[in-house]
Amino acid sequence: MPELPARELTFAQAVREALAEEMRRDKRVCIFGEDVAEAGTPFKVLSGLVEEFGRERVLDTPISEAGFTGMGVGAAMTGLRPVVDIMFGDFLTLTMDQLVNQAAKVHYMSGGTWKVPMVLRTTLGATRRSAAQHSQSLHAWLSHVPGLKVAMPSTPYDAKGLLKTAIRDENPVVFFEDKMMYKLKGPVPEQEYTIPFGVAEVKREGEDITIVATSSMVQVALGAAEMLGKAGISAEVVDPRTTWPLDEKTLVESAKKTSRAIVVDEGYGRYGVSGEIASVIAEGAFYSLDAPVKRMGAMHVPIPFSPPLEDVTVPTEQAVFQAARAMCGKR
Amino acid sequence: MTIATDQSKVIEGVKADHWTRIYRRMVMIREFEDQVNELYMRALMPGLAHLYVGEEAVAVGICEALRQTDYITSTHRGHGHCLAKGASPDRMFAELLGKEAGYCRGKGGSMHIADPATGNLGANAIVGGSAGIATGAALSSKRLDTGQVTVCFFGEGALGQGVLYEVMNLAALWKLPVIYVCENNLYNEYTHYSETTAGDMLARGAAFGVHAEGVDGQDVRAVYATAQRLVERARKGEGPAFLVCDTYRYHGHHVGDINREYYRSKQEEQEWKTKRDPIKNFAGWMIQQRVADEMALEEIRKNVRVEMKAAVEFAIAAPYPKPEEADENVYA
Repeated sequence: MPELPARELTFAQAVREALAEEMRRDKRVCIFGEDVAEAGTPFKVLSGLVEEFGRERVLDTPISEAGFTGMGVGAAMTGLRPVVDIMFGDFLTLTMDQLVNQAAKVHYMSGGTWKVPMVLRTTLGATRRSAAQHSQSLHAWLSHVPGLKVAMPSTPYDAKGLLKTAIRDENPVVFFEDKMMYKLKGPVPEQEYTIPFGVAEVKREGEDITIVATSSMVQVALGAAEMLGKAGISAEVVDPRTTWPLDEKTLVESAKKTSRAIVVDEGYGRYGVSGEIASVIAEGAFYSLDAPVKRMGAMHVPIPFSPPLEDVTVPTEQAVFQAARAMCGKR
Repeated sequence: MTIATDQSKVIEGVKADHWTRIYRRMVMIREFEDQVNELYMRALMPGLAHLYVGEEAVAVGICEALRQTDYITSTHRGHGHCLAKGASPDRMFAELLGKEAGYCRGKGGSMHIADPATGNLGANAIVGGSAGIATGAALSSKRLDTGQVTVCFFGEGALGQGVLYEVMNLAALWKLPVIYVCENNLYNEYTHYSETTAGDMLARGAAFGVHAEGVDGQDVRAVYATAQRLVERARKGEGPAFLVCDTYRYHGHHVGDINREYYRSKQEEQEWKTKRDPIKNFAGWMIQQRVADEMALEEIRKNVRVEMKAAVEFAIAAPYPKPEEADENVYA
């Protein structure tokens, strides 16, 4: 938590403030995407930016995700600092060649001569009753690719600090925002700050079990930790904040201290971020562990529409609580 | 080098020494590619290469109309574009052989040569993969008011990629200084374009309000004159253009594509080589116009050959990168 005096901002306001500050600081920063200007996106995250910075810097595009993401790559190589807006994380599938074969590889393939200082902002997260093509959490796909960095803020404070770092980074950064978190409020200081990539934060200290959680799952983990506290189990919640670079040291140290770890991530568990983090902990803390590291993620189904169906596909406070309690030998 | 005729003479609005330079550039590409083929045959080159032989007039005609600071994006068949934009053959050969001295320190190879010093944003091994990059570069130039123009080279195979039309639409909407140069060499790999391309090619650009025209890609004078016009209008802020250049690749899809009769006849290849060779035909015109005589052109060819041999020797002798460099340059 910040030590500076802070106001309360929503997650969306924090994102907007980061963009506005960076656009004031650096005239090369521009935004493009679908309905980013007057509409301010369907989530209204960008409201007011076009009024301050004009249509030269906040550009509404056609519905051409591949095209304008590719343009982001070229613009970043040649002097702009584009922030590309992909409305729903599910639409990342349309940008994959531009991100994976172009953005991620330009610096390496050119022997380090060209750079791609581009940010791609998008969303993740289910439970908005949006069904299978507007609810996925596909951050594992991008975390898999060398050359990309992936940020996953879980609070308004982190969203602002990480986004400012992303915009200043010389590499392509994919920035995931949980669409269910836009209205979440939290303290954000007025003063300038940034948060470095690859530095996890212990969101709650504990002794008996480590819950590593990302993005949307951090609030779930904190809720579960609260319930665990009442049941006499002290849970530590650690948020990696970026899946690449990954702060392996903090994750391993926490697991060594508590001797148990659960990884909760809204992506699919199979071949996912939770699996990678579990493996990092298992390798790094093996001799300190009292139980196998457990993964919790989205149920391995396309996200369904109907509320009672959708609700069981995502880890809940109750589910994390029960899993943690079982790991600590209590039923 | 001695050239018998007056090199300050102006023909078709271009000084004779510039025509001579254009000839030299085309010869350079041809000789470069012949050496690449040789390196492949001698098993000195890792992997494959896609040769530009036969298409020299397109790259040279276009790039001669550009400034050094203008941008290009290139393709898997990109050696010609890189050389025409000013890349040096020794560092290109070094890259093709995977050497440290190469343009990409051996990390890119034949299909990924990039060079900021000559405005080369990079060759791209995804067909149509650089359309977004080129259009984004044009957006930068417009936003930053630098006056630069970007040329996006691609083959007619890229007409099958949707992203091309996404960015053409955007380039037209935002009046971006980008020229989409389609090299129609008739074959999408091993398939004739008529089997893959419906309707009228030029209409595809025109549908977006992109200025569209075609040119004989074997006639370097025609390509150069057209390119000058399109570059000038792009630089003046008049928006993007789509230029289809009819051309032909003499070799197969790549150096190993030797038996081609199942997709094109030897007779067809022979006709292009004898009747429409861009270098021979341009040489004939130069002699006819007294820009140069046969002896002078032979001397150019000889000098280029010597230069290419030296460049190849440089690359063969150059050291490989150290294995520990494999994980360098992943992040800036």
